[in-house]
Formats: sequence, C-alpha cells, structure tokens
Amino acid sequence: MLRKLFKFHGGVKPQTNKTQSTTEPIASVPLPDRLVIPLHQAVGGHPRPLVQPGDHVLKGQRIGGADGNLSSAVHASTSGIVRDVAQAVMPHTSGLTTLSVIIEPDGEDRWCELEKVNYRSTPPDELRDFLRDAGVVGLGGAVFPSYAKLKPGKEGKLKTLVINGAECEPFITCDDMLMRERASDMLKGIVAMRYMLQAEEVLIGIEDNKPEAVASVQAAIKASGETGIEAVAIPTRYPAGGAKQLIRVLTGIEVPHGRRSTDFGVQCFNVGTAYSIFEALEHGRPLISRLVTVAGNVTAPRNYEVLIGTPMDHLVRLAGPRPDTDRYIMGGPMMGVRMPGFDVPVVKATNCVLVGSAAMFPAPPPEMPCIRCGECAKACPANLAPFEMYWFSRSKNFGKAQEYHLFDCIECGCCSFVCPSHIPLVDYFRFSKSEIWSREREKESADGARDRFEFKNFRQEREKQEKAEKLAAKAAATREKVATEGAGAPAAADGEAAPKPKPSGDDAKRALIEAAMEKARQQKAQVAPKNTDHLAPDVAADIAAIDARRNAAPAKSADTPDA
Amino acid sequence: MTGIALVLGAVLGFASIKFKVEGDPLVEKIDAILPQTQCGQCGFPGCRPYATAIADGEAEINQCPPGGEEGIRKLADLLGREFKPLSEEHGVEKPKSVAVIDEATCIGCTLCIQACPVDAIVGAAKQLHTIVAAECTGCELCLAPCPVDCITMEAITETVDTWKWRYPVVEIKAA
Repeated sequence: MLRKLFKFHGGVKPQTNKTQSTTEPIASVPLPDRLVIPLHQAVGGHPRPLVQPGDHVLKGQRIGGADGNLSSAVHASTSGIVRDVAQAVMPHTSGLTTLSVIIEPDGEDRWCELEKVNYRSTPPDELRDFLRDAGVVGLGGAVFPSYAKLKPGKEGKLKTLVINGAECEPFITCDDMLMRERASDMLKGIVAMRYMLQAEEVLIGIEDNKPEAVASVQAAIKASGETGIEAVAIPTRYPAGGAKQLIRVLTGIEVPHGRRSTDFGVQCFNVGTAYSIFEALEHGRPLISRLVTVAGNVTAPRNYEVLIGTPMDHLVRLAGPRPDTDRYIMGGPMMGVRMPGFDVPVVKATNCVLVGSAAMFPAPPPEMPCIRCGECAKACPANLAPFEMYWFSRSKNFGKAQEYHLFDCIECGCCSFVCPSHIPLVDYFRFSKSEIWSREREKESADGARDRFEFKNFRQEREKQEKAEKLAAKAAATREKVATEGAGAPAAADGEAAPKPKPSGDDAKRALIEAAMEKARQQKAQVAPKNTDHLAPDVAADIAAIDARRNAAPAKSADTPDA
Repeated sequence: MTGIALVLGAVLGFASIKFKVEGDPLVEKIDAILPQTQCGQCGFPGCRPYATAIADGEAEINQCPPGGEEGIRKLADLLGREFKPLSEEHGVEKPKSVAVIDEATCIGCTLCIQACPVDAIVGAAKQLHTIVAAECTGCELCLAPCPVDCITMEAITETVDTWKWRYPVVEIKAA
C-alpha cells in the first residue's frame, strides 16, 4: 500500500554529491596520538569534569558529569592517561576555547565495566537518567539531549514516532551508510524508543535517492516481525530532513509558530540517535563514537566510525586530502560552518567533515541590492518572508525582524541559495538572532541588578528602623529602671524630701548616665585580665616595673581609634 | 447644554480617579533603558533617581557612561530630544567588566560589601570576600573603599555562550 505523502513549502534541489562517499563500507580510524574531548558538546548546561590530569581512564568511563536540568554526560573514547583538563579550541566558527579533557591513548582500547539495561523492566525515569549518563544526544546536528525528548507527553502516549533518515544535505552520507549496514541494530533502538514513548506507529523517512537504505531498513523490519513500523521513501528535496519538514511530509501536520510537534502527538529522532540508544541499552556502551562522512576535496571520500575527540586532520588524512585544501567545514555545504583550524576535534555534532578549497567553494560573488523578487520567500521551507527579515536585520531593527518570526528560521540556507543578488541572508539572520539573544541576556541581568539594588535599599532602611526601635526600647527600659531605683533610694536616705513620682528631665539624664557608667565599671571589672593574679614574686616584680615604665611614657596611642 | 457639560464633567472627574496612574510611567520607561549598574557616574545615587531627574528635565540624557552611545540614542528616541555625545565629565564608555578580588591581599574589612549597590560581594568581617561575578554590574564602586587596593576590574571575555555572529561584511571586490 502506498502511503499518502504531503509536500512542504519551498525547498531547493542542490546537487547531492552523495554517490562518491557511498562506494566503500564504513571504515574504522586508527587511534590518534591524542584525543581532545570538549566537555560541552550538547545543548544545555556545561558538564563538570570528573577526572584530573594524570588519571588513567578506561574506554567508556565518564569524564564529564551532566550538570543541571538539561545536560548530557561525556565519556572517554578510549583508554589512556588524562594529560590535561584545559581550555582547547572547539569546533565552532568563533574559534573560541572550551574546557576539554585531553587523553593520551595507551593503545589497549580497554573498555570499562559496562552496565546493560533492560528497558522493559526499568522505570522510565531511571531509563532517562541512564541515557543522560550514557551521553546520548541527537546526532542529526542539533545535539539536543535525547533523554529530555523521550517523554511521552501529557497524554502518556504518542501518535507517531518519526525517525529521520532523510539526510537531505549534499555530500553527507553517514545516515545512509548506517541504514545500509546496521539497519537491524538501529531498528532495535527504534523499538526501544517506541516503547518509551508509547508510540502507536513509527515512520522512518528516507529520501528516495537512497534506495539501498530503504531496501535495507525494509528488510530489517520484515525480519524483526515488528508491526506498525514503516520505512517510507520520500521525495528528494532539500531540506526534507528538517524535523518540521519531515513531519509535514510524512504526516501532513504543520507545526505552527510557537508550538512543538509533541503538541500534535509527533516526536522526531535521527537514525544515528536510534543506533546510539541501541548501543547504550543493549551493550551498555555510552556515546563515544559516531559515523562521520569525509567528503569534498579528497581523493577517496568515505564514511568512518570516529571516536569523539579525534582531531579532524587525523581523520581527513585517511581520505587523502588534495594539496590545495584550505578549509574544513563541519556539516554540509548548505548549513555547515567553517572550522577555525584543522586540528579541532570531532564532536557529537560532527556528521560530516567537508574538505574544501578555493576552487571547490569559490568566494561568493559580491552582494547586490535586494530587488524584492520574492524568490527567497518561495524557497523558504518555514513559510517566512526572508527579504523582510533581511531589511530589518540589515538595519538592525531587531524588534521588527522578530515580528516576522525570525526565530522560526531554521537557517537551512535555501534563501541564500536562490538569491539572484547573492545576499548572504542566513548570515544576516544568524547575526540578528545572536544580537537579540545577547540583548535579552543583558536585559535580564539589568532587571536582576535593579531588583537587587532595590532590595538592598529596602534592607538598609529596615535595618536602620530596627536599630532605632531597639535603641528606643532599651532607653525606655533603662529610664524605667532608673526611675524606680531613683524613686526608692532618696526616700530611704532622706525622709524629709518628698518622694518624686517622676524624675525631671535633667535628673533622668544624669541618672541614665550614672547607670551607664556603673554598668561600664562592672563590665570592666569582669573583663580585667586574670592571668596576673597568681604569679611568682619575681614575675610580679617584672610586671610592676614594666607598668611603671609604661605609665612614665607619654600616652601616644591614646587617640588611635579602635580597629 | 449645561446638563451635558455637567454629565461629561462628572464622567471625566470619575475617570481621573478611577484610572489614576500609579507612579510616573515615563520614569519607568527611562529606567528600563538605563543599564542598572547603579554606579552613580551620572551624579545621582542610582539609576532610578537619574531616570526621575531626566523625566523632570533636571538632567541631560548623556550622563550615563555604561549605557553608552546606544543608551543615549534610545533615550533621545523615547524623549524626542536631540542626540548628544556622552558628556566627558561623567566618564567614558568602557567594555563591560567585573570586579575581581585578589584573595591573597584581601584583609576582610567588609568595606566593599557595604559599597556594593547590588549585594554582589559575599563575605564577613575578617573573612575572605569574594565577588559573585554573575551579579556584578561592573560599577567600580568597590574599588575606592578598599584599604588594600585588592580589587581590580577585569573585562568580560567572550565565551561560546555569549559569542555573537558578526554583521555580514559586504566584500566590494572579490578577493
């Protein structure tokens, strides 16, 4: 039976360039001299380091603990010695550094003790904690911690679980090769996810330019005997692999602005994520390696199973880079970002290392003025009006850009691809987004500072008032005490004088002063040094001599205030 | 005619009581633009007093160095006044920074704690003080009271979380 498929708006058809890297099977990579494993690899909080320089770690040992509400653990990719826990350049356009664990492999590649989990007998919360500590994150590119997505939602079940094997971006074939070679294992991961999400049906969306993958997955489904799981070939059209676009194609549901797909009973995962969930549950192996496509300006494009933390140049060397190579791009030509160097590590987000040269990716022609042709709006798969957002981003009118739903932009690059004026639209949108985020952060911290300032003022006022009240109460108490004493004493001493019911102002003051002085005298007597009381006569004589000298000397320090 | 006047007058009078505006909305708007460093460089004891002074026409809009040129532009937009460059007597615009206490030198005198307008310094008498970097507004008010000069200002460096995509540079000539 043929399933009815839907179309998403826009999209483009760039040259796919996928056949080059699918001729050879997945290869392994020899151990590099050192692995640089950034602790912050996924969306969410920064994991905290659990090892110190000099420690010996085993393959699969946790080196970064999940920190905070949304965070995912990081593991040693091989056994070896931790050389350093330091800042290292991360695979990010900015070229900034991040806290990384640098491991020198010992060559043994020895696993630590692995703990398997039976997902059917484990409570869901424990299972999610297990996946968090296994470092399983979305391998489609967004690296969102998977455990946070494996919740069935309010209704306790999901209608459709969409598995994303579309892989629409040119050059990248790692999901394709995974489905060809490891379909049955991947399917076991999908079955586990389906169980956790209580999903009625599972749809595996694969672009129809990968017939081998479709056949392989379909064969695996048939062999497993599972029902309600279907591998669906979908038309090849970039960006069919975007979560919202794939959901639209397979189910016809359009997720509107400000809503999530789970509101409509749909959740979407990448095929690579399904495979790593299988690895974690079935073998207890955390996410320490992934499939990476090496393509572009190399003589033998191919897919490799790469340990997280392997330097990219170590990996690319296996594929034979051509001499005019001048850049690595992480990801594909549409959405990929240029790396700040050649030795940056492969991380969980690295699906492809695209090797580039000036000849292969020539600099874009100069930007021309926007002619409002509307091609970008026709191509936008998110139904946005990129040319409007471009005006406002260019003029830094961020409020207006947001009104045109800038944050629904998935940065797929279709608009820049079709623009006849060669405007780098996505660059403008990325600029606007990060500018807006930074302003929001600033506003938040300003609001926090205002609240703290106002509270400090309030607290100071309150303390002043409390102090005044305390003083007044004390003064009143003393006055009363003096009044009662003063009323009794003169009457007893002098019988002729009439007893005063109330002391006059001056007398009261004097009495207060006297009371205070009396109190001070008593206190002084109490705190007088006691260690000179019982001394040998010679020591006592010494002290007497010193006291005499001190009395003779002018009292210099008399006016020094107390510290 | 008189009847209508009386009725309308009563309605207006009622409305003025019923919909009375609490506080001054203009001050709120100005205060929202100000950076809330509470540094006092403008000559007023905090951002809100300065906002009140601007609203009353007692202060110029170019007295806030931390707000910088952008802040002045926003104030000029809001108030319909002319843009003016930052007044030199009130200071210069500096990169955002946080105070850092040199732990080896700190004597635990609590003077900086008292000076901090946003309670961003933690410590007690004769105990080491430290600055909560996330709450520090970089106002520099703690520098002067420190008797041992152990506080320095450090510019905030960019991290991956605060990194921003740059404005696309248009290449006129292809390289």
